[in-house]
Amino acid sequence: MLALHEEVVMGAPLLLVENLRKYFEIKRVFLGKKTYLRAVDGVSLSLVRGEAISIVGESGCGKTTLGKTILRLYKPTDGRIIFDGRDITHLGWKDLKWYRRETGLVQQDPFGALPPFMTVKRILEEPLVINGVKNRREREEKIYKALERVKLTPVEDFINKYPHMLSGGQQQRVVIARATILEPKMIVADEPISMLDASVRIEILKLLQELQQKYNQSIIYITHDLSTTKYFSERIYIMYAAQIVESASTSDLLQNPMHPYTRALLNVIPDPDPGNRFIIRNVPAGEPPNLMNPPPGCRFHPRCPNFIKGVCDTREPSIIEVAKGHYVKCWLYG
Amino acid sequence: MRKEHLSVKHLIMYYRTMRGEVRAVDDVSFSLLKGETVALIGESGCGKSSLAKAIIRLMPRNVSIYKGIILFNGINLMDLDEEEFRRKIRWSKITYVPQAALNSLNPVIKVGEQMIEPLTIIYKMGKREALEKAAEALRRVGIDESFIDRYPFELSGGMKQRIIIATALLTNPELIILDEPTSSLDTLTQANIMNILKSIKRETGLSMIFITHDISLSSELADKVAVMYAGQIVEFDTAERFYSNPKHPYSQKLMDSVPTLRTNKKLDFIPGSPPSLLNPPKGCRFAERCQFAFNNCAEDPPAIYLDGDFYVKCWLYMRK
Repeated sequence: MLALHEEVVMGAPLLLVENLRKYFEIKRVFLGKKTYLRAVDGVSLSLVRGEAISIVGESGCGKTTLGKTILRLYKPTDGRIIFDGRDITHLGWKDLKWYRRETGLVQQDPFGALPPFMTVKRILEEPLVINGVKNRREREEKIYKALERVKLTPVEDFINKYPHMLSGGQQQRVVIARATILEPKMIVADEPISMLDASVRIEILKLLQELQQKYNQSIIYITHDLSTTKYFSERIYIMYAAQIVESASTSDLLQNPMHPYTRALLNVIPDPDPGNRFIIRNVPAGEPPNLMNPPPGCRFHPRCPNFIKGVCDTREPSIIEVAKGHYVKCWLYG
Repeated sequence: MRKEHLSVKHLIMYYRTMRGEVRAVDDVSFSLLKGETVALIGESGCGKSSLAKAIIRLMPRNVSIYKGIILFNGINLMDLDEEEFRRKIRWSKITYVPQAALNSLNPVIKVGEQMIEPLTIIYKMGKREALEKAAEALRRVGIDESFIDRYPFELSGGMKQRIIIATALLTNPELIILDEPTSSLDTLTQANIMNILKSIKRETGLSMIFITHDISLSSELADKVAVMYAGQIVEFDTAERFYSNPKHPYSQKLMDSVPTLRTNKKLDFIPGSPPSLLNPPKGCRFAERCQFAFNNCAEDPPAIYLDGDFYVKCWLYMRK
């Protein structure tokens, strides 16, 4: 449904995810019964070519699993992923190589993502070698271009360095250079700035923004930090307990949040203001549910301030379009 | 008038390493009144945690220089020997919650048993009485007292952090140093902890040093703000003035890099990276990255006092 809307408005999307599920099997030795951790439970979204979208959620809500499943680093349990007009949900190993070339991943911890014993040059050369760029001159050219794109210039200063010789921000640039060196159609950036210092964060955020605007790079930005999304993405998806509970254009969502969870999130994020210290904020009680055994009905109902007894705790809300392009999964609007 | 509670003057702490001397805390001064919270903000590696450790005197063995004045209730803590400091100050008057302290809970020892250690060891309190106090402390941070008999492995991160804060308050200290108390927690959990700290502050008149790299978050607690850069406090001001009008060029840039939800502003960042504390530049340590740098900046700027104890360490504010 989400997808349909955007298809009409903006042309065929690059990525279409429909009702995606990813369950992890938990082995119970003593009981002998299989249980599942439902990390992604019926997620639909779409990404238009050249667009950046944000997936926002707290830790453990399944946002990283969603990103990895979209990249087919995990095998989906159910649902469909259509990329560039091709159904890649069940692609085999051989065909996936094509998909790997078209996608890239930027992880949270840049130092952990870079092999410490390889120079920047070798790190960036590897994907080229694997993907059959045989000519050495051509490889070098691509490495130079990739480093220039992420503004690690002059390139000579960086190309022969090892990861530990670089600052956190520079390391993250190398990770981005590696993710984009094959000029993929889409990259997933999973908390790319959360390990970095305040002043460096914006540098990386601006770089991703530039990649999107200048090179038309499609980006899925996964974050827990709502305040950074507004500078970056056109559309926000709010994830709670393995499901998307609200999605809208960035400005719409920030100005007019509908879902009680989104409202709670927006309410507790401070802006620098000396008045903050006198305010006690409204925080929903409790914690997100265990994804092995999520509550019936709406998954937010045990914490929801607008909880309707007999409705929210029995039936799962469906996704409703409350305004043009603004979708909410909440009984308050149905 | 409230009286001065803590006053740190010209505090210096250097580490000796294989590669030379690290000037982690280099001539730092700030003060707070009773019941006030000072937020210590700065990027990683700027010396925030070292400063905290220098105040509570929990330093690594490779400290080469440790000097200055730390006046606490008018007494210079630097005059106390280690034994006196341990008996009279640490835990009983000043407590310290290090970064990621929630991971220090032993997962297989009951919460209560771990919480009461400061009481049974320092105050030689009986176990039953100590457990009662622990239960009361748990209630204060919004946790049911039955959790005394639970094990940390059963608890979430936010829960553990609240238990750590409760433990730090058990001995009724006058000052608590919180080092990044919420940095690994989720948005809602973080807000919850902030609420708890705010109400504790309001109800008990506890003084706090709140260390964080998150400027927005610092405004949740701060009455005063100290900005640290490369081992030094470059600006010390009231929260009212600081958040609306930061003075030091570094503070200004830092503020420009904070994404905000409610206002629209252009984000900016600081090119380059902070100098190494092994061999910091002779002059202003920020000069290399500063857009206003001029001739004077080749020399170390003094603390220029603008109002009472509040200062900015920048040549731009020198009166001609």
